[in-house]
Amino acid sequence: MSGSDAWTLAAQALAAFAVDPGTLGGLWIRARSGPVRDRLVAALNAAVSAQRLSPLADDAQLYGGIDVAATLAASKPVFAEGMLARGGVCLVPMAERISPELAGRLGVALDGGRLSLVALDEGTEDEVLPSALQDRLACRLSLDGLAHGDCPEFSLPDIAAAQARLAGVALPPEALQQLAVLAAHLGISSLRAPLHALRVARARMALGDEPEAALEAAIRLTLAPRMLTPPQTEEEDEAEDDTPPDQPDDQGEQNDQSQQQTDEELLLEAAKALLPDDLLAAVAKMPSGGGTAGASKAGAKRSGNRRGRRLPSRRGKASSAGKIDLLATLRTAAPWQPMRRKARPDDPRPILIEAGDIHTRRTQDVSDRVIVFAVDASGSTALARLAEAKGAIEILLAEAYARRDHVALIAFRGEGAEVLLPPTRSIVQTKRRLAALPGGGGTPLAAGLRAAHSVLDLARRKGMAPTLVILTDGVANIALDGEPGRAKAGADALEMARALRMQNAPCILIDTARRTQPLARELSEALDARYVAMPRADARKMASAVAGELA
Amino acid sequence: MRHAFPFSAIVGQDEMKRALVLTAIDAGIGGVLVFGDRGTGKSTAVRALAALLPTIRVAEGCPYNCDGQSPKTCPHCSQAKSRKKPKTVDVPTPVIDLPLGATEDRVVGALDVERALTEGKKVFEPGLLARANRGYLYIDEANLLEDHIVDLLLDVAQTGENLVEREGLSVRHDARFVLVGSGNPEEGELRPQLLDRFGLSVDVASPNDLEERISVIKRRDAFDRDPDGFVAEWQGENDALRARILAGRERIGTIATSDDTLRDCARLCIALGSDGLRGELTLLRTARAHAAYTGRDEITLDDLRIVAPSALRHRLRRDPLDDAGSTARVERVIADVLG
Repeated sequence: MSGSDAWTLAAQALAAFAVDPGTLGGLWIRARSGPVRDRLVAALNAAVSAQRLSPLADDAQLYGGIDVAATLAASKPVFAEGMLARGGVCLVPMAERISPELAGRLGVALDGGRLSLVALDEGTEDEVLPSALQDRLACRLSLDGLAHGDCPEFSLPDIAAAQARLAGVALPPEALQQLAVLAAHLGISSLRAPLHALRVARARMALGDEPEAALEAAIRLTLAPRMLTPPQTEEEDEAEDDTPPDQPDDQGEQNDQSQQQTDEELLLEAAKALLPDDLLAAVAKMPSGGGTAGASKAGAKRSGNRRGRRLPSRRGKASSAGKIDLLATLRTAAPWQPMRRKARPDDPRPILIEAGDIHTRRTQDVSDRVIVFAVDASGSTALARLAEAKGAIEILLAEAYARRDHVALIAFRGEGAEVLLPPTRSIVQTKRRLAALPGGGGTPLAAGLRAAHSVLDLARRKGMAPTLVILTDGVANIALDGEPGRAKAGADALEMARALRMQNAPCILIDTARRTQPLARELSEALDARYVAMPRADARKMASAVAGELA
Repeated sequence: MRHAFPFSAIVGQDEMKRALVLTAIDAGIGGVLVFGDRGTGKSTAVRALAALLPTIRVAEGCPYNCDGQSPKTCPHCSQAKSRKKPKTVDVPTPVIDLPLGATEDRVVGALDVERALTEGKKVFEPGLLARANRGYLYIDEANLLEDHIVDLLLDVAQTGENLVEREGLSVRHDARFVLVGSGNPEEGELRPQLLDRFGLSVDVASPNDLEERISVIKRRDAFDRDPDGFVAEWQGENDALRARILAGRERIGTIATSDDTLRDCARLCIALGSDGLRGELTLLRTARAHAAYTGRDEITLDDLRIVAPSALRHRLRRDPLDDAGSTARVERVIADVLG
């Protein structure tokens, strides 16, 4: 899809949104701030009156409350209206900065239908709009990579006329079914997506589109950016005839209902005819709709267990969200005392504080990091390698201490794994346990990984951000049930590794074998870990490699 | 305020609807935890409750929703000048949204700082717990809520009373509500201790059945295009359901519990290895509410079979290697034990 097509699509989205903002929920526009985006926003502003909402808006701005300045002036309560009470279209710049908390509140307001959002997302890969909002905003656009010349200025068509037509618009009766089938086919599980598509199509028709064009625009704007499984071409479909691409899990059930299946196939064929040919190419580079990574990170940041560094206190309404910084408040009030006293000589209060003086204290919430070492102390690693591993861990410990990280230590050898040290900051203890760690015996790799799994789980619950460092040669010979045997042990270890991967913690696998082993590499792939081969490395090299990965 | 989507018009998600209805019959079952994907109607169902549930009678203007029958115990109504009982009005059952970032102050209530500083008066500003009294408190994305707030909520939900001792204030007021939490398991889980304190838990998923998906979209679309008409169309169904809830409340006190039922409850919980007796008690209460809802005089095996997954699913120990998930495990055990 060329740049000008993308721009046309953006214009279509904007117009559809302007026609029916309440039911569409909004637009999610990924674009860097620049002339292209400005042009789009200008077109929007010309058509609808949008208020700006800060991505860091607090409750007072959202829900309103007593307007203190006006209250003091009038000496009777004056209430300020919040953004949510006013409703309407809100333009949110830097939408990737919206916290999950704010997203939750906006989500409630969006569900009520009185508010709609235009989220201008300038985020890079790891910063995206919270998924609670992603799902609720109908259209997704990306303006990245559009040249200024491809994007002529435009103004929206007659919105009021389209709005008048909206109630009378009739889509083809089968469109609803087709969109539902298509969404399922593209692997979109949320039912909001096909609903959004329907609404966009209707708005496009109110703007004068033919039904086919309206549906195509709707699919491009709502379903295509959300799709998880790319649509399959005819040939691929033939090849995989026995596994319906949309519902591979339900195969057995579907065979029982072959009649229904053929119905569904017919539906699907009809729906696929709606798919634009160049859909794959047309999919703008949007972060995946699931937003798992972003969301879990948000959780980790939120549940920070340590109140971090103090930030400068900020002038603001005293609310339950922040503690009052008394000193700053008094300091602000001090110079005004003579004047205020003169104005209100009868006031019995010794210090005259007004709401505008109030400063609130802010701190930065951070999560502590915990580095979990899982050390293979079996016979195969023992002797030279174990000593090196111990040395490396000691160096890392010192660095962890300097960074105020926590460490935990797991060793596995013989028949099982042992958590030698739960997450701690005590370096002395760790060193002592480490020094006393004996080597030798079998390699119960799976048991070691299981122990790591539970330590990681625990750390998460305490609001810490865990990183796992595994030192092993990857050769397992003790299965999870304690029985010896390479095949079973290896299979158990791989299965456990996949379970561990679900924890989504950064993971480093240090291959301690003298020669790099395919087994360790296989394990690191199952873990989604960074693989660091350490043949003949000394403790210091090993430590610097890990430190480099951690940074 | 726009209409809420009618509760009885929600397609599928029977387990979730049943859990909510049963807590409406017997609030003592405890909270409901709804976990599942986005766009599966979690919020829709909870917000639809207010329109479904019978109204409650409250003292006019009371921020604590007290019923006005014993004004002495209510911090607001005990301040009234007249000795007479306060005037009462009928209001919808409160369904209060608890926003994620809510702080402890906002939840339990706190000193009204603004009035303290600007007027020099010490006034208690009631929090969300007061507003949710005798109704429902809904937390979307409960798994993202800070642990200490969740602890506090569960504690108050269990004792039915909110006691605030802070900043020189001492306020005690009723806070009896059903806690409903929802969340997306991809974004983090709740601590097992917390899971256990919710009465029921429900897993919701997007329907796999195409017809069902289509009818969800159809109804939602019909609602969007003509909310008034759609709500009117479903009014009859909602009224019928409300009547069943009221009848269930009447009936629940008369339902007999046989020793066999108690034994079945215990056998189920032992077979599942769920910790503590809370599982058994909840299972029994829920089965009783279900029997009342279906209009029976005693608890049957069917009642147990139907409510057991919701009552027990979240009380199992986690097994990182069992991909089947706790739903499948519970169903397996129910089939083994109850036959």
